[in-house]
Amino acid sequence: MHFWKNNRKFTWLLGMVLGIFFLIMGALRGQFAVIWRKAVMICMECIGIG
Amino acid sequence: MMKKLRLTMQLVFTILTNGYTYGFLNGKIYQGSLKYACVPGLNCYSCPGAVASCPIGALEALLNQQGFHIPFGALGFLFLFGSLLGRFVCGWLCPFGLVQDLLHKIPVFRKRKRLPFHHILKYGKYIVLLFLVCIGSLFLFGGFVKVPAFCKYLCPSGTLFGALPLLAANEPLRSQIGGLFFWKSGILLLLLVLSVKVYRPFCQYLCPLGAIYGWFNRFSLAQIHWEKERCVSCKACERACPVELSTNEISCSPECIRCGRCIEVCPEECLHFSRIKHKNKKDE
Repeated sequence: MHFWKNNRKFTWLLGMVLGIFFLIMGALRGQFAVIWRKAVMICMECIGIG
Repeated sequence: MMKKLRLTMQLVFTILTNGYTYGFLNGKIYQGSLKYACVPGLNCYSCPGAVASCPIGALEALLNQQGFHIPFGALGFLFLFGSLLGRFVCGWLCPFGLVQDLLHKIPVFRKRKRLPFHHILKYGKYIVLLFLVCIGSLFLFGGFVKVPAFCKYLCPSGTLFGALPLLAANEPLRSQIGGLFFWKSGILLLLLVLSVKVYRPFCQYLCPLGAIYGWFNRFSLAQIHWEKERCVSCKACERACPVELSTNEISCSPECIRCGRCIEVCPEECLHFSRIKHKNKKDE
């Protein structure tokens, strides 16, 4: 807890860098296409039918 | 001032991210390229108005793939939003949070900030995250067939913003309604009625997105700063806090949704969003 409190000025930056890294990794592995394919079809489970 | 600003921002963000009017009118959903990206809050991508994807839905979609893949795409959005905003997302940008906030304003019942056994129930959201979103999506439910278990069995946002408008405008879908729909509608109804009495019960006890952003709260860029040396311990902030946090816990606690009520009521102005120390009017 103290680590986060004392270092939070920069920890959010580290989190953002990790986020960008994950996004790049996701793009390289074609994961955005998977997300898009799921998001553009009516999700039967989400609306309680499937 | 803060209350009005927050309500305006919640409304504007909800309309912006669910602004596909054609979908509402025709019982269809948006199929454009914006859906490659996720919005920060819990916003079902099957809502006819949704112009982007839900981060929990995206996480489940990636975990549902054949074999095990680290869901980098969804984690990237969660880390970006979490590091920048933490649970500010819940307080200011989540459409289902807005619905619960509005219901809590209805002047019936004696209002409660928490449910009994809050200290145990607050861990419910971590259980939902672990069992329904992660393990459930990986292999457990549906006879070892991967299903997005949170979306399928619990998510009230999907029922309210996705199912109800779609079913209202789409006749063929209406004919397929079964037991699962009534189960999810029951959960939605229970949470909506409970929201009138208790402050944001879904966010406090069940939301897996809140559980994730709560972890970022201690170091996210958006913080509520407390000038301890100027605090007169009047406890006005603790009384105003809708989730009953103590002055020490405000901002750092995973339960703080950065609603800003503590900032508004502090008579010494020793709580604020920016890192810059404010000059008290009395000091001038």
